[in-house]
Amino acid sequence: VNSAQSYNYRVVKQFTIATVVWGAIGMLIGVIIAAQLAWPALNFDIPWLTYGRLRPLHTNAVIFAFGICGLFATSYYVVQRTCQVRLFSDKLAAFTFWGWQLVLVSAVITLPLGITRGKEYAELEWPISILITVVWVAYAVVFFGTLVKRKVKHIYVANWFFGAYILAVALLHIVNGAGMPATMWKSYSAYSGVQDAMVQWWYGHNAVGFILTAGYLGMVYYFIPKQAERPVYSYRLSIVHFWALIFTYMWAGPHHLHYTALPDWTQSVGMVFSLILLAPSWGGMINGMMTLSGAWHKLRSDPILKFLIVSLSFYGMSTFEGPMMSIKTVNSLSHYTDWGIAHVHSGALGWVGFITMGSIYYLIPRMSGKKEMWSPRLVETHFWVATIGVVLYIASMWIAGVMQGLMWRAVNPDGTLTYTFVEGVKATYPYYVIRFTGGLLYLSGMLLMGYNTYKTMRDGATVDARIPSLLPSHA
Amino acid sequence: MEALYLLIPLSVLTVFVALWVFFKMSDSGQFDDMVGPGLRVLQDDDRAGPNPASPAEDKSDKSIQV
Repeated sequence: VNSAQSYNYRVVKQFTIATVVWGAIGMLIGVIIAAQLAWPALNFDIPWLTYGRLRPLHTNAVIFAFGICGLFATSYYVVQRTCQVRLFSDKLAAFTFWGWQLVLVSAVITLPLGITRGKEYAELEWPISILITVVWVAYAVVFFGTLVKRKVKHIYVANWFFGAYILAVALLHIVNGAGMPATMWKSYSAYSGVQDAMVQWWYGHNAVGFILTAGYLGMVYYFIPKQAERPVYSYRLSIVHFWALIFTYMWAGPHHLHYTALPDWTQSVGMVFSLILLAPSWGGMINGMMTLSGAWHKLRSDPILKFLIVSLSFYGMSTFEGPMMSIKTVNSLSHYTDWGIAHVHSGALGWVGFITMGSIYYLIPRMSGKKEMWSPRLVETHFWVATIGVVLYIASMWIAGVMQGLMWRAVNPDGTLTYTFVEGVKATYPYYVIRFTGGLLYLSGMLLMGYNTYKTMRDGATVDARIPSLLPSHA
Repeated sequence: MEALYLLIPLSVLTVFVALWVFFKMSDSGQFDDMVGPGLRVLQDDDRAGPNPASPAEDKSDKSIQV
């Protein structure tokens, strides 16, 4: 078979499996550190297992390993299928897979050793940071090279989202990564003090905007229509959604630095842009959900569609909650409390996790030449276990967060604090236990997915997916 | 706030690049058809396996060989 006449499913399959494996690892570490918060003795006084070192490993494993492997898999799949060409370069695509795995393994080794730049979501030290840059450039070449040689004139909207995510991550990573190496495993940021904080959260919030939002919206606009067998509710709105996000997202970062040394006007600009973001976010959510109009009954029987649609409802919740929390008066209550953790996880578990799981469930049978997953009932079980897990997690952290905020600001008539800090910690204990249970359920769901994936793929069948001759409508 | 002398120009530049891409793509006709592309992805039958039954489609030239 002439390989130019078929799609490159090999790299998609590799990233699909990597997504499932890293998902289980990242969530396991999450459950471990959740347990440590409830029962601190669980770090066993071993430095490598302390919360401060495992927490960045958890965030790196779920965002950069589970999350980005999922984006690699889906973007490589979608760009090929919608452009009706094979990936630009098989060798470069293979390099992105093995290069990215090397980045992730380096993270697993260096973070527990305490090697870190100390920047949230940008912890990896300079040698790994440079490797990320190289792999990312290769990713961009493969993705945009495929777009350039496309056989379909129109660029499908999902590719716009994937393309923006790839370009934005390159820009953010380079600006925030600027620094001076001191030794092999130690470097210093090019910025200092509040300047560093501003650059960090310009990076941090745009990583949320362009990886955790734009990237996964690429999945929304391809996998929901495909799984529901309905076109996007409004294709025009999807294009508007894209450009509105691109023009407004860059400016919201300062809301992470309310009431700090950052100038007041900068904080206010960040807040205003965060509020504006509500409009395109909800437009996109409604557009995705209404794709099911006339086909709502499919939600009853199709667990993959349940994952995809429920993820959008979490997207809607998080993108409402986020702008609300960016209002300075609300932020004075919510900041530094577990409310932030609740917000992040309604986005991470509910939105990013579910849309990735749904899309990966869509890909697994197609990557292994099967009609469907080994057990669709297990997918259904996964959905319910994970949903209950998310609800327990975010509800307990919401309550804990508001409680902490109220306890910290409570003052007696004479002006002294009503509660000591440790009283707030003590009051949080039951909620940490509930959060641990929610996380454990979510992890169990992921393990079910791993088992189902193994059963579906274990015969190791390779799929030779031929590129169809052009449909008449494309000519 | 020297950091803003870097971040604001960068962000403004990004917006202008995005505007340029938008108008260039708009002029080249990318956004002329706002209905067809949504339907066309559905015509691409990407199902694998022995029985990708879909009554509405002609599978003769675009089904997947496994």
